[in-house]
Amino acid sequence: MDKILSACEAISTIESGMTIGIGGWGSRRKPMSLIRELIKTDKTDFTLVSYGGPDVGMLCAAEKIKKLIFGFVSLETTPLDPHFRKTRQEGKIEIMEIDEGMLNLGLTAAGMRLPFHVTRSGLGTDALRLNPDIKTIKSPYSDETLVAMPAIHLDVALLHVHETDPSGNSFIFGPDYFFDEQFARAASRVIISSEKIIQTEEINAEKTIWNRFERSLVTNIVEAKFGAHPTSAAPDYGFDKTHLEEYSNSTEPDSWKKYFDTFINIKNTEYIRSVGGEKFISSLELPVF
Amino acid sequence: MEKFTLSELCICAASEAWRDDGEVLATGIGLIPRLAASLAKLTHSPDLMITDGEAYLVSEPVPVGRRGDYTPKIEGYMNYSRVFLNLWKGHRHAMTGPVQIDKYGQTNISFIGDNSKKPKAQLLGARGFPGNTINHSNSMFIPRHNIRSFVEGEVDMVSGLGYNPSRRIKGMREDFINLKIIVSNLAVLDFKGPEHQIRIKSLHPNVTLQEVQENTGFKLIVDSENIPETPFPSENQLSIIRDFLDPENLREQALPDKRKQ
Repeated sequence: MDKILSACEAISTIESGMTIGIGGWGSRRKPMSLIRELIKTDKTDFTLVSYGGPDVGMLCAAEKIKKLIFGFVSLETTPLDPHFRKTRQEGKIEIMEIDEGMLNLGLTAAGMRLPFHVTRSGLGTDALRLNPDIKTIKSPYSDETLVAMPAIHLDVALLHVHETDPSGNSFIFGPDYFFDEQFARAASRVIISSEKIIQTEEINAEKTIWNRFERSLVTNIVEAKFGAHPTSAAPDYGFDKTHLEEYSNSTEPDSWKKYFDTFINIKNTEYIRSVGGEKFISSLELPVF
Repeated sequence: MEKFTLSELCICAASEAWRDDGEVLATGIGLIPRLAASLAKLTHSPDLMITDGEAYLVSEPVPVGRRGDYTPKIEGYMNYSRVFLNLWKGHRHAMTGPVQIDKYGQTNISFIGDNSKKPKAQLLGARGFPGNTINHSNSMFIPRHNIRSFVEGEVDMVSGLGYNPSRRIKGMREDFINLKIIVSNLAVLDFKGPEHQIRIKSLHPNVTLQEVQENTGFKLIVDSENIPETPFPSENQLSIIRDFLDPENLREQALPDKRKQ
């Protein structure tokens, strides 16, 4: 089985108005090459679900987002993302701001084909008051009131991994695999970008501890060395602080157009050169938290 | 304030948050809370679990700043997924740095302004505050104690739950809510007033009750004529902070000691 496509082919399966989940966390292991490919298309009006970093900010700047379902957006090198801040402060997108754990449970419910997941998280806070669509429920076994966190169904999930074979046996080697599994299970289609394509024969039992979800969930695969740049893909490379700074300083129409022309509206091979080359990205130190 | 700085005083005061907590995950968000949790583990609460800031539990708190030759002493795994499982179980005490706090202990890190659709200033987002505050113990560190941080009325967005009776939903379980202390640059506060109202526990050296009240947007509970002074750091605490946990003195940038010109 061979699920490998070019970035352009894989992304062309996405339609305007879809709900898209993005793996990774903050500025860590975001499928940025797929995000840039998506920005190049004329598709728009997405509902985005993310533990947000520059993936959210970049799609805000490109005016692709209709609604954002999130718990935070942070670049980590700096706590906030100026593109997202600007877009929300101008009231340009709909917002569903919830607890990180509620987001996790909403994705988990979708992955289990359940209508909701119960939790206490959110009770008594504005995460419920500002989201009247999220209902509470009374326990059938006691009088306790709980949040019925609705399932967050994704039309497509975009994830970045370190290795995969052509059928989608994929491996994430970083110290944390975040919520990529929940995103994969919650989605009708999953597109993964991978640092490297390996052959199935190279996989052994030891390696499978890094396999976070099974291949039946993977729809398409795109080979993308350094595909997480400017975010990190530990243990291979850290985040690119200088590039994230340049991105952060591109919030005005002129500067965003320059960023778009220099780093987005180009071929992926040109991208690596434009940000300093393979050697440079490989040398980016892993962040120390 | 000659023998120690304001940041050192606050780190020691904040480390008290975890005293007698036993075997829970001590999470300090931000430099001062992180140093405080680390100090707690190295002094009165060795059973605390603490992470390297990423995905591993460490048996010895990792110093802040450049690590040099230091290798973290990894003892277990605590990735984000497990942090949620840990916090839903209640085995955690976090100290966070909210941008706003109100008289009920409700906290905000989401946005400033009264219109959630078009906020005046977007902050981080609610993060894990709603879930943390209804599931486990929480304390706060607020480096700039003033009426913009300790607000009148309610915070602009209730990200973190407090003790506001009007926010109670019928049937919700409240017994897991446990707000412990607030350490600011002026004082240490707790929730031991009537109905968990915020009370002044101690004043930092050279700070008056009047100064704290004037910089607080709501009436604080004062239940003693002689409010104690925040305990001074011991030689042992200072040496752990200066020689091991923060040799580069990053704490001074995080909380400058203005009295020390």
